[in-house]
Amino acid sequence: MAPRLAVWKFASCDGCQLSLLDCESELTSLAGALEIAYFPEASSSMTEGPYDLSLVEGSVTTPRDIERIGEIRRRSRHLVTIGACATAGGIQALRNFAHLEAFVAAVYASPQYIETLATSTPISAHVPVDYELQGCPIDKVQLIEVICAFLVGRKPAIAAHSVCIECKRRGVPCVMVTRGTACLGPVTHAGCGAICPSFQRGCYGCFGPMETANTRSLARRCRDLGATSQELHRVFRTFNAAAEPFREASEEHGE
Amino acid sequence: MTPPPTRTIHVELLTRVEGEGALELRIEAGKVTAAELRIFEPPRFFEALLRGRAYTEAPDITARICGICPIAYQMGAVHAMEHALGIGVTGPLRALRRLLYCGEWIESHALHVVMLHAPDFLGYPDAIRMARDHTDLVTRGLELKRTGNEIIRVLGGREIHPINVRVGGFYRIPSPSELQPLAERLRRAREQAIGMLEWVSTLAFPQFERDYEFVALRHPDEYPMNEGRIVSSGGIDVAIAEYETQFEERQVARSTALQSVIKGRGSYLVGPLARFSLNFDRLPLDVQALARETGLGPVCRNPFKSILVRTIEIVYACGEALRLIEGYEMPERASIEAPLRAGVGQGCTEAPRGICHHRYEIDASGTILGARIVPPTSQNQLTIEEDLRDLAAQNLHLDDDALRARCEQVIRNHDPCISCSAHFLKLRVHRG
Repeated sequence: MAPRLAVWKFASCDGCQLSLLDCESELTSLAGALEIAYFPEASSSMTEGPYDLSLVEGSVTTPRDIERIGEIRRRSRHLVTIGACATAGGIQALRNFAHLEAFVAAVYASPQYIETLATSTPISAHVPVDYELQGCPIDKVQLIEVICAFLVGRKPAIAAHSVCIECKRRGVPCVMVTRGTACLGPVTHAGCGAICPSFQRGCYGCFGPMETANTRSLARRCRDLGATSQELHRVFRTFNAAAEPFREASEEHGE
Repeated sequence: MTPPPTRTIHVELLTRVEGEGALELRIEAGKVTAAELRIFEPPRFFEALLRGRAYTEAPDITARICGICPIAYQMGAVHAMEHALGIGVTGPLRALRRLLYCGEWIESHALHVVMLHAPDFLGYPDAIRMARDHTDLVTRGLELKRTGNEIIRVLGGREIHPINVRVGGFYRIPSPSELQPLAERLRRAREQAIGMLEWVSTLAFPQFERDYEFVALRHPDEYPMNEGRIVSSGGIDVAIAEYETQFEERQVARSTALQSVIKGRGSYLVGPLARFSLNFDRLPLDVQALARETGLGPVCRNPFKSILVRTIEIVYACGEALRLIEGYEMPERASIEAPLRAGVGQGCTEAPRGICHHRYEIDASGTILGARIVPPTSQNQLTIEEDLRDLAAQNLHLDDDALRARCEQVIRNHDPCISCSAHFLKLRVHRG
């Protein structure tokens, strides 16, 4: 029997599950190799679990989400988070640093109707996760690699180095050295292919922190290039704001 | 067997739409007494988290509202900021923005036409199963989608949450030779889109028309994307900065989306039907002729035919993208200067699903003090509920499953983008 794939959504923009539909060329062969058992954005046919592989997009932001992710975990042999929301809480985790009431009141005239948690948290804060694929959005080549790896039962071959290595590989001149542009490449997880530097812009960290990111050294260098405390605070506090190394770095530079 | 006169029909999770919504229909004594589109997509508070951020961050942050139409948010944000700063992007940079938007229209419309909407007409649960019997159609649709994505990748760096859009222009601009491979592709894509249009025009469309008040942008000489006045079939004709004089948002208990209405009047419709019906004369003559060949007049009030109008817009966007590439001359600089000043700016652009309005207030250092974003789906929410009510009233003879399927299709007609609209809706059906 073909392995059964499920795709789940929590608080998110849908971009990471869209990455699966964006695998235009590979989609048909994927559909041949596995059964798409639950993927409501793409199909009206929804079958009960258990599932061999669950891809989870989005972060936990409501009381119901907490129950739901527990149910999904019980029905899934493997559970992989896709993207910055599911892996680190996403941009909506900025609420973790603010007063929720003020946040709700800024958007809704009748805040009493809105049911939400005070924090946006990654899936791993609630259930064990078999693999976390970083990126805002994820890279579709990495997504295919992760799906294939779980299908055949091996570890995904996803490089753990920084975006800097991707620049070197592509032959993109360092924007920090040649243009004096602040860049999060040295502390950011590889995967995008160094897109921003190849467009003459500094990396803004959408793939989240790499392992053992030396944010302090990078912040010092950015200061030498003229970055203010406020800018450093903001630059670490975006799509992966609640990921530990970036959270610490943003707090070191105050509000 | 005749269905009971009193029943409730629920759809707990709408499928083949972007984001999480539900539908609830209540039928009592043979009359539809409630038709609600519920949005339970959890709110993400974008307007709140934009406060205190730099004006330069708005295009990257607001892109994350929606993975399917990030360019719509980036375009709304940069135009609003440029309005606040008193600058305007013209010439080749303006043309490149339009080219990028063509990419998003092609990608988003092709996704909806083939993968989300067409299965309704042919009775499949999804495009993957549909592909087993209609391989050519699905392959062609995916190729069109890939062409749209390719434009976005070349100009924006990647398909989802592109990185190259900034206030004042771009970070890096392409040379004409970098755009040439796209031109080759677009010539083929336009032919494929015309082929798809022929196929779409053979579908069986339910007889259903509503007297919508259409709202869209209108530009003096272009089919609208980034600029124009906000006009309606009910006589509205105002500048983008006057949006709030005509429209207001209200909150309903069942939804994390705010619902927009025309002040003093009520519901309205944005999106392909509105854009087409208010701007038919702005389409090139050959595209007008293609539309007429499929049986469309200058106005289309049948929401099931939105699939036809989307396909027309794909044909248009392929041709327009080609025209922009052929006329492109690389400017000297990738962006124009934007000297800082305090102010309020508004931007309104035609997202694939309809107008999307942004308003920001910034201080003299460029820090965002307030933000308000009105996505297309929250503007269409009330209209979708009215469509549901009217269509259900005409189809009470159907059993629950058939009625439920028809109701879901009514919602998909408008390609709702539910993630966007939270600040947006959920549908259950009660028959009691």
